[in-house]
Amino acid sequence: MNEATETLSVVVEREIPFPPEKIWRALTQPHLIEEWLMKNDFKPVVGHSFNFRADWGSVDCQVMAVEPNKTLSYTWGAFGLGSVVTWTLTPTSTGTHLRMEQSGFRPDQQQAYQGAKFGWQRFFAGLERVVGGLS
Amino acid sequence: MPQPHDILFKTLADPTRRAIFERLCRDGDQTVGALTAQAGVSQPAVSKHLGILKQAGLVRDRHEGRQTHYSAQLGALAPLMDWTSQMAGFWKNRFDDLEDLLKRMDQ
Repeated sequence: MNEATETLSVVVEREIPFPPEKIWRALTQPHLIEEWLMKNDFKPVVGHSFNFRADWGSVDCQVMAVEPNKTLSYTWGAFGLGSVVTWTLTPTSTGTHLRMEQSGFRPDQQQAYQGAKFGWQRFFAGLERVVGGLS
Repeated sequence: MPQPHDILFKTLADPTRRAIFERLCRDGDQTVGALTAQAGVSQPAVSKHLGILKQAGLVRDRHEGRQTHYSAQLGALAPLMDWTSQMAGFWKNRFDDLEDLLKRMDQ
């Protein structure tokens, strides 16, 4: 992780044997998003505020960029840490190169940790769930 | 689990202590007196909690005249916030579920 002390960032990329249009539907239609991510009230409209909801808590989001079949970006606030999730779809000869980048704020930025807003108990419960869900 | 986790969890497990730490995160530097006014426990109790928070590296004290100011040290939470590996694991699982969904979806 370069400049880990500056900005935290996670990138997951995968070659997917389906066209961008199909993946785009799964990324932007609430009933489909729910099937692979979480319950939500997403709308592909810049500025739209929405939540992802799970039994461990919720993620507060706002849509930042929408370019159908190409790019989708939204803020992602959970456990008091704010970040931005950006999806990039690039067509390939066999389907789509799907890239997800999540960039967070620097951990020393006070605004990134709104412990009071989210509550430490929920934070710890959520953390355990997230860690427990990792294989 | 490595020891830093244990110390942090133990330190923040106490609700009064956690409330003091949250308050420092939220409102910035505070004196013991200001913290006591809100804590609902005696000043010696607040001082004791601050001592434990300080030992865990979660707060730092700064003397200014006769007053001692305490501030939250968010960097101390880093061991709990192994954020990148947690999120990478989370998203890899989500990618798996997304691929499963795509296989089930109509064209």
